[in-house]
Amino acid sequence: MVDTAAPGADVEAAPALKRKRSLGGWLLIAIPYAWLLFFFLAPFFIVFKISLSEIAVAIPPYLPTFDLAEGWQGLRENFAAFSFENYIWLTQDALYWKSYLSSVWIAATSTAITLVIGYPLAYGMARAPAAWRPTLLMLVILPFWTSFLIRVYAWIGILKNEGLLNQALLSIGVIDEPLTILNTNAAVYIGIVYSYLPFLVLPLYATLEKLDESLLEAASDLGCPPWKAFWKITVPLSLPGVIAGCFLVFIPAVGEFVIPDLLGGSETLMIGKTLWSEFFANRDWPVSSAVAVILLLILVVPIVLFQNQQQRASEKDA
Amino acid sequence: MAKKPIGPVRRDFTPWESGNAKPFIEFRNVTKRFGDFTAVDNLSLTIYEREFFALLGGSGCGKTTMMRMLGGFEEPSAGEIFLDGQNLAGVPPYRRPANMMFQSYALFPHMSVERNIAFGLQQDKLPKGEIEARVQQMLKLVKLEDFAKRKPHQLSGGQRQRVALARSIAKKPKVLLLDEPLGALDRKLREETQFELMDLQTELGMTFLIVTHDQEEAMTVADRIAVMDRGRIIQVATPAEIYETPNSRFVADFIGSINLIEARVASRNGTVTRLKAPNLEREIAVSQPTDANVGDTVWFAIRPEKIRLGFDAPQNGTANAAEAEIWDIGYLGDVSIFHAKAAEDLILKSTVANITRTVERPISWEDNVWLSWDEDAGVILTR
Repeated sequence: MVDTAAPGADVEAAPALKRKRSLGGWLLIAIPYAWLLFFFLAPFFIVFKISLSEIAVAIPPYLPTFDLAEGWQGLRENFAAFSFENYIWLTQDALYWKSYLSSVWIAATSTAITLVIGYPLAYGMARAPAAWRPTLLMLVILPFWTSFLIRVYAWIGILKNEGLLNQALLSIGVIDEPLTILNTNAAVYIGIVYSYLPFLVLPLYATLEKLDESLLEAASDLGCPPWKAFWKITVPLSLPGVIAGCFLVFIPAVGEFVIPDLLGGSETLMIGKTLWSEFFANRDWPVSSAVAVILLLILVVPIVLFQNQQQRASEKDA
Repeated sequence: MAKKPIGPVRRDFTPWESGNAKPFIEFRNVTKRFGDFTAVDNLSLTIYEREFFALLGGSGCGKTTMMRMLGGFEEPSAGEIFLDGQNLAGVPPYRRPANMMFQSYALFPHMSVERNIAFGLQQDKLPKGEIEARVQQMLKLVKLEDFAKRKPHQLSGGQRQRVALARSIAKKPKVLLLDEPLGALDRKLREETQFELMDLQTELGMTFLIVTHDQEEAMTVADRIAVMDRGRIIQVATPAEIYETPNSRFVADFIGSINLIEARVASRNGTVTRLKAPNLEREIAVSQPTDANVGDTVWFAIRPEKIRLGFDAPQNGTANAAEAEIWDIGYLGDVSIFHAKAAEDLILKSTVANITRTVERPISWEDNVWLSWDEDAGVILTR
């Protein structure tokens, strides 16, 4: 149709070029935004505000607190009392940066181990006969049917000195005396790798399953033996899945609390544990809030990288 | 009298007729089964060096399986395959001197055009300078010099097809296998590319084996065609022989359009065989030699373009002719297709080239016309 009508002549009949979002449409997108506002942004600001406060023997255990009855004047005094003292404190006590560093190190090492175990697993699943794949996928997801907490507790039973693992190794004569695994960093690695393995396997499997098998045939046809084709074709093409999986393991592992608390020992230093003892043992809400804010800032970097990579991947697909 | 040639002669290249030419590719009683399904059934085939050979057939006829066995992606269940004297049994694809151009192109999406083309050369550990020179040569050959740095997803379908072609010939293989190479291209581009493929094959002097379901494509590019059906080869011959002297109703029907008339051999007199079709008044005289005996039931096959159409009865009262009524007309621009009803259960197709823009006396629906054809226009099929 050629639109030669005078401006305004056909306004009502013609479908609007810029479709206006209906009320329902606005409501629909308002729901997730409201969710983020109330359950993410607002709590974050509360935590941030507490981190600028001062510890006090009171309920809640910090000062200043807002009191709307004091009106505008009180609010201004409140703001004047804020300070970054707690953040400066974080740099003065070595415990904090050591915890951060140790957390990142433990998370990175665990991610690497998870990748080494998860890649062959995902590869095997993707190359399995098509009829088996749903079952294999089910087996990977199956542990989620049991509470995470219970599964970590179960590892105590396996790893402790008189636990299943030591008994098995003793009975077949591999070792003469029980290995001390529980309450060491090794147990933390085992716990993290075990708990987060599905988060790496699932995105990786999705990428590997999509891989066009004729590419491997083409590589073979051009004189490339299978093991070499794996490095030259399969690995580069599965990289998006590797990156997604690694981030999904690394990001939650950095802030992990339950695993180091239950499986780790006194020497296991992770920021989640430090934060917990600051909050519950010392009842120092302002400092623990500052620890949380810094942890968030540290994690924002990989999260942004992850988002970026995801976006690029989806653009490539389109 | 010397044998009259059939169809255009492409070039002076007929090793299959000499009888002592050395076979280059040889399938010896090859069978391939997938579970209960027999894809290729006890099949033998000889292809000669520098030949452009086409495997033609419908889907599921086993043509792709044949090619994949030659490429090494499938092992025969029985029988042997030889390439240039070498038994290929147990030789993995990456050690075979054959390269394949995949139907899906199978270009490596994470590599640029030049790295795709260089891939095979790198596997041979050629010196870097030589690889670069060869890649440039290939890019020039397929006219993609300006696209060397692009990734496959930044190319059009036709360009991707060229990259796949360049990649598969970069290693100068003894045999190039083409699996439905032009299937994804539109008609115009496909026709152009067919002629380019022929030129390329002559230029490179390689043996080409193409798999296709498109008979026009096979007839355009190939020196010889093998028509396949259900795991068997029905006929191997040059395109013109396949078209003009099909050996069976299957081949006659598969290639192009054909009129098939069931008839009985009435008499044989020297070179001329006379057929009597129950629904045609006149006998059909055929000069094509046949081994059918008098009384046998046979099929007379004649191509629509070899049937003349006219308003007047032929002068010669005994010539091949039939009176008919125009039933349907299809105007295709270059030709018109007429469906003429010669008997209650016999509609004959006749195509007439539109050699003039205007027609003195146009043929129309329900017109009574005369169909006529020469004695050497059709063939007798016994199966």
